Parts: sequence; C-alpha cells; structure tokens
Amino acid sequence: MPADVNAEPAKGQERPEVAVELRGITKRFPGVVANRDIDIRVRTGTVHAVVGENGAGKSTLMKTLYGMHRPDEGTISIEGEQVVLRSPADAIARGVGMVHQHFKLADNFTVLENVVLGAEPRSGFFIDFSAARTRIAEIGLRYGLEVDPDALVEDLGVGDRQRVEIIKVLYRGARTLILDEPTAVLVPHEVEELFDALRELKAQGLSIVFISHKLDEVLSVADEITVIRAGTTVATVDPRDVTARALAELMVGSDLPSPTTSGSTVTDVAELVVEHLDLTGEDGRQLLTDVSLTIHRGEVLGIAGVEGNGQAELVETILGIRMPSSGRILLGDEDITTWTTRRRRESGIGFVPADRTHDGLLLEAPLWENRILGHQTRRPNVTRWGLVDRAGARADTQRIVKEYDVRTPSIDVLASALSGGNQQKLIVGREMSGEPCLLVAAHPTRGVDVGAQAAIWDLLRAARAKGLAVLLISADLEELIGLSDSLKVILRGRLVADVDPCDVTPERLGSAMTGATGGEAA
Amino acid sequence: MNLWRRIGLGLAAPLLAIVFSALVTSVILMVTGARPVETLQAMVEYAGRPRTQVLIINSATTYYLAAVAVAVGFRMNLFNIGVDGQYRLAALLSAALGGALVLPKALHVLVVVAAAMLVGALWAGFAGYLKVRRGVSEVISTIMLNFMATGLIAYLLAPGRLAVTTQGSNNLGTRPIPESGQVPGLGLVPGTPLKVYGLLVLAVLVGAGFWFLVNRTRFGFDLRATGMNEAAAVTSGVDVRKMVVASMMISGAVAGLIGMPQLLGASYTYSLDFPAGLGFTGIAIALLGRNHPVGIAIGALLWGFLDNSGQILNLRDIPVEIVQITQGVIVLSVVVAYELVRRYRLLAVQRDVGRTLSQDPPEDEGPQTVAASKGAPA
Repeated sequence: MPADVNAEPAKGQERPEVAVELRGITKRFPGVVANRDIDIRVRTGTVHAVVGENGAGKSTLMKTLYGMHRPDEGTISIEGEQVVLRSPADAIARGVGMVHQHFKLADNFTVLENVVLGAEPRSGFFIDFSAARTRIAEIGLRYGLEVDPDALVEDLGVGDRQRVEIIKVLYRGARTLILDEPTAVLVPHEVEELFDALRELKAQGLSIVFISHKLDEVLSVADEITVIRAGTTVATVDPRDVTARALAELMVGSDLPSPTTSGSTVTDVAELVVEHLDLTGEDGRQLLTDVSLTIHRGEVLGIAGVEGNGQAELVETILGIRMPSSGRILLGDEDITTWTTRRRRESGIGFVPADRTHDGLLLEAPLWENRILGHQTRRPNVTRWGLVDRAGARADTQRIVKEYDVRTPSIDVLASALSGGNQQKLIVGREMSGEPCLLVAAHPTRGVDVGAQAAIWDLLRAARAKGLAVLLISADLEELIGLSDSLKVILRGRLVADVDPCDVTPERLGSAMTGATGGEAA
Repeated sequence: MNLWRRIGLGLAAPLLAIVFSALVTSVILMVTGARPVETLQAMVEYAGRPRTQVLIINSATTYYLAAVAVAVGFRMNLFNIGVDGQYRLAALLSAALGGALVLPKALHVLVVVAAAMLVGALWAGFAGYLKVRRGVSEVISTIMLNFMATGLIAYLLAPGRLAVTTQGSNNLGTRPIPESGQVPGLGLVPGTPLKVYGLLVLAVLVGAGFWFLVNRTRFGFDLRATGMNEAAAVTSGVDVRKMVVASMMISGAVAGLIGMPQLLGASYTYSLDFPAGLGFTGIAIALLGRNHPVGIAIGALLWGFLDNSGQILNLRDIPVEIVQITQGVIVLSVVVAYELVRRYRLLAVQRDVGRTLSQDPPEDEGPQTVAASKGAPA
C-alpha cells in the first residue's frame, strides 16, 4: 500500500473538474465484444449513473476502470492524468475504489478488521487498531456512515454490510467510488438510506459511478446518466430531461423485450403440491416454516423475496438435496418426500440453478458431457446397460446447441470457454430435454445478455403453454410479475403473502417482500 | 483445439517435470563428483540387459496396480493414502487362505485374488464409512488404518497364528501356497532365465477396466462429475455418500491386487520381507501419470527403470539414493507443471472459442442495432 492511503480526500482543495474520463474503451472476451468504443466523463462531485440491461457490458466496463483487466483499446484518465491500471491496487492508489455487487467481506471478522484487511495501519510489528478505529469513526461522522466497528459482519444486515464496503473503500482514500448494482440486494428503505449516504458523499466532493438497471432509482439519485447498450455507449443524458420510458427505450433499443405472458394456460391438474413443509438446518435453525404451495400444469408460480429468505432452501428441499423435518411433497399423484434427488429428476423435475457454474456445470468438461449431467440415467445419454452413450449424448448436444442458439464452435469445447449467456442457454436446453413435468428455475436470466434473456423467457412461455409447471425464483421483480401466473412472497422461510401478478407493481411487491409490518428483512 | 495440440499439452507437463528433475539430479551428481551423462549412460546400458528388463517390467506391474488403486480415489478427489495398509493386509490374509486351501488350479488362484480384493475393499471401506457417517477426512483415517494394518499384521504373522517357521531361517511367513495356486511366469524376454510375472496380464486387465469404468460407464461419469464439481454432482442426482464408499472400496479392491504378482508369481508366501511401501509409490506414479491408465503405465515403467537400473550405481561408487532424489523431484515438479499447463489450457480454449466466434459475428449485433444507437438522442 502506498503511503498516501490514509490521506484525507481533501475538501475545498483544487480538484480537476473531471474525476474520471474513459475514451474509446474496447474490451473483447471469448465470444463477445463486451465493450466497444465506450466514452464516459464523470465530473467531480457528481453521481454519474451507468445504466444498461443485464449483460450490456456495465460490469465489464467498471472492471476496466478498477484495473481488474486492461482494455484492448482506449484510454483511461483519472483527475486529468492518463493512466494505465494494471491491478485494483493501481486504481486504489489513484483514488478509485469499488463496491462490488457481491460483498467481499469476511463474515467471521469484525467491521474494524474487515475495513483494515489488506491496508492495516502498523505500529511496529502490530496492527494499530486504535488508529484504524479513529479513522473509521471519522469517516462515519463525516459521511454519515455509522456502523459499530466491533460488530461481527455475520451479524449485520445487508444494508449495514454495504455500508462497511463503502467505508472500506473510503478508508483506502478513494475519491471516486464505483458502486456495482448496489441496490440489487437492498429492500426499498435500505435503498433510501444508501441514496442519502451517496448525496452526503457527493456534497463532500467525492465522485460516484453508479451502475444500475433500475431506472427509477437512477433518475432519483444521478446527476448524469450514460446509457450502455450491447457493449457501447448510446447516449449521455440529464435526468431532468428524460423519462423512465425514454431511458428504457435507449437501454433496450427499439423493441422493448418484455417478460409479459399473454393468456392463461393454467390447468386444474396439480403437478407439484407442497404441504406444510418444515426444514431445520444442521445448526438447528428453522429454515422453512409451514410452506405450502401448489403448482398446476401450465402454471408459473413465482416466489418473490429478498435473497436469503429461504428460496434456496425451498428449492433444495423440492429437489431432495435437503430432507424436510416435516411435511409432504407430491409430484403428480406420487409422494416424493423421501425420494432421492436422482429419482426425482428421473421422474421429470428439471432444474436451472441460481449459480450455474457452482451447481449446474462441469466447467472443465466438454459441452456434451455437461449435457449428461443431471440426466445420467436417461436416454439418449446412457444405454440400457449403464454405459455412457457418447454418440447419443453428442447428437443431442448438437440439437441443443442448434435449437437453443448456444454460440460455440463445437460441442467439444470446455464449458468454461462459453460466455455466461451461452452457458445458461445450454443449461436451459438440457433441463428442457426429456420432457420435464416440473421446472424449478432459480434466477434463469441472471447475468445473461438481453438476447439470451428474451430467448429464455420465450422458452419458459412455450414450455408453460405445453403444460409444464414452473417454479420461478427471481430477484428481477419485473420478470417475476411478467412471467408468473401466481406469486407468493417468502420472508424468513415462510410464505407470507399471495400476490396477484396482474395487479401489482414492482414497488408494491418490493415492499411486500420486506414484510407487511414493514419490519427489517434479514 | 486439435488433437495434436491436446496431446502435446498433455505431454508437456510430465516432460517438463522429467527434464527439470534430470537437471536437478545432474547438479547433485556433479556436486558429489560423478559425471551425469556417463551415469545415465550406465543406467541405460544396464537397463538394456534382459535380466534388468524383466525386473523393470515386474516392478512396473506392481507399481501400476498401486497407482491405479490411488487413481480411482483421485478421480473423485479422494486421497486414499491407505493403499499401503490395504494391500499388505490383503496379501497376508489371502496368502494364509491360499496356503490353507486345496483347490483345482484356476479356482485356487481366483479364490486367493478374490479374497485379496475383498480384504482391501473392506479395509478401505472403513475409511469411506467414517467419512460419510462421521465426517472423518479420509486422509486421516487411511493413515491411521495403515498403522492399524501394520499392528494387525505383526500380531497375525506369528507362529501359532498365521505364520509357520521355515527351517534354518528366522524368517516368518504364511504356509506356502501349493502349486495349484501359483501363477507361472511368462518368458517374454529372451536371453534370461528370469520370467515376467504371469499376473502382468492382470495389471493390463485392471488398466483397461479402470479406463472403461471411468470413461464409459454411468458410474464413472458420476465419479468424475463428483471429482470435478461436487455441488453440481449433488444437484444432478449423484448420491455422493454412496459414491464415496463405493469408490473407496473399488480403490481398496484394486489395492488388494498389488501384492498378487509377487505372492502368486514369486514368493508364494507372505513373510516378514514382503515388499512394503508400494502404496506410497503408487501415489507418486498416479500423480505423474495424471490418473490416466496409459500415463500411469508410462510412469510405472519409468519408476521401474529408475529403481532397477539404479542398482548399477553402487558398482560405480555413486550412492543409489540419488534415484530417490530424482523420483522426489519428478513428483514435486510434475504437480506444479500440471497446474501450469491446466491453466494455460483453459485460457487457450477460451481464446480459441473467442477467435472462432468473432469470425462469425452473432446476428444480434447487426446493422439494426448500430443504426438505432447512432440515431439515439443525446
């Protein structure tokens, strides 16, 4: 760490008018040009929003600015000086800090320890915690970011954790903060708190780059908005001159893809019935309490909730990865409560996992072997004798690649070589194979590009029309409202409300997710 | 990525490791005052003799079985360090059984081999059971089981229990297996009365079976999937607990075979001087051969070469321990080299895919989008 790490972001001192300027940034990745000719000027002391659809290239751009990779073309200037950023450490030394979408905190450390981690003030051989404590208190006072330095991070709520991340960045002397989708994990009142903090930071002369795809938020907090579409800057607008509708059109181009389904295909045949499900964790915590739901053939049931309220556990219980402490699960007419995961999958449960690389793919195996995963006991992957049918699996992988538009040079490349959207299309194609009767889809369009997103929505709609029952878990409220035939809200492991998707706005759904009493969500 | 490049990358790591260890060995030889090139020449010349060739093949047969036993676990990220105890206990008990039975020829061999596999599987199965039921790391439990095997063997290999004394010798061994249970050697190498172990055939079969199991069966797919990504395997319906127990038992069953070529082809008895420590050699060779049946075969032959032709060094006043240094450096550097090549390969594949796809631009970046972005209001 350079010596000026602890330097105050001086107020009132002569500062260049432009905090950060990106010119002609182009960054290519396998299979996609993630960024192309990007131009952005962030003025000092402003909140500059960068908006774009999922997969438009926002995060790639911010990684460029934070030195996590180098652009193939283009220049970066920070405070008037052209720089080459070789690593995040370079960016931090130049006063650019980043708050990641997924927090990078050590849960079993205190706030204080997390903040100093990697930038420890020393006194001789020891960490000078008292100096750090003083500085954290100063930052808290100055920017209105107060948090108990001795609290364990694992005991903090999401909003507080984010505050810790911001303090961490300020502690390292950042004058420009990049916030990558900071509101994705927050409930509405936490969003308000965050925005208050951002306004305070701005008033103190700091510059903020705010990445989002939520237009209302952007319009309320930004001083300037740059729109990115398909990897390139489309326009820079003043929020006072633009409506949410106009921004949305800039973001997605002329035809707005929408997750809306038309006409109900819901039948009265129950495909999945969950009755009074209770789930206790290994540590004795109650993870699910009295969960009951029914999904009919041709119905999409959406589960709305702030992440970490039992969605993952519900999915794992339905798949048989966790065994409920009480309650029943019926698939069609059969009680599958005690069945193994394999037997459930064989009987027609498809699964699109929330984290595709963690739960859905063998990254170091070729695509055709990934086609077999989850379908190890079924044709065309295996023969009757329990042998792998290479020809069958390969042919069917070709089919998926073609039908689901998976962009790959061959089915022999490793899954890790594909872009996220193409990996996801492969997974969706695989899970739609073998005529599933129930599809459990967790965040099916997370982190995929707009084209793939629209394609996946189409696929879900088509499958629903053919009688597939779908359990949809998503953090994208518009996706939930648009695709679902019925919606339930999950909070602390309980289904607390039924919502009619025809008659609800994302805002109202968002507030329902925090609980009817308006109490804090965990 | 074409086939030749894949093979090239596959060979790069072990070759790098062997070259590197040759360099290190040369330096050590020079420090001790020997001339490296001539030393190697002497070893190669010695290895060219028919007698040494038979010894190399026989060592390699045993090493091969040991390495395959380890590799079965490695393929699932299970570290079966207990191969050593498994094969020694299996050899002792099957030797005692073989010595006590009177059976027709083929059946006698079969019974002894089956008993050895069973003992190995059960001994390894303990470790698997402890892992899935009690969460005990197999690394710890198999090390402990090695010690227990040593103790158990010492207890059983005593007069009045499984051992008989041989006249004029203070060696202790099980009752010799009669001729019906012996496997005659194969005179594959002309120019020497020494014969290659008949159970060389068994090693070849085990190698082929291992390849088939891992690459062609559903069980093998589950095994590899679990090794590559356990979470994804669980989600796909693999019962990881069953897989742990099953693969530990398969590993142990193969381990049980390690002592068979020696037992049924040469010594016919398990005695105090029965070779020990082969399980650890197996770990080194499995690493070198990258858990691949052919790679392991090459590694086993290399080890056999180093061990046997190294004997010539004594005659030239070079400490034979130099061979162990070479082997140690090979194993250490091969682990590093594999990781480097693995990372390079992942990047290379990504680059290839990127290059192929960028020559064929996706449709959604067509002129319509470009026109729209140009026409957008600023």
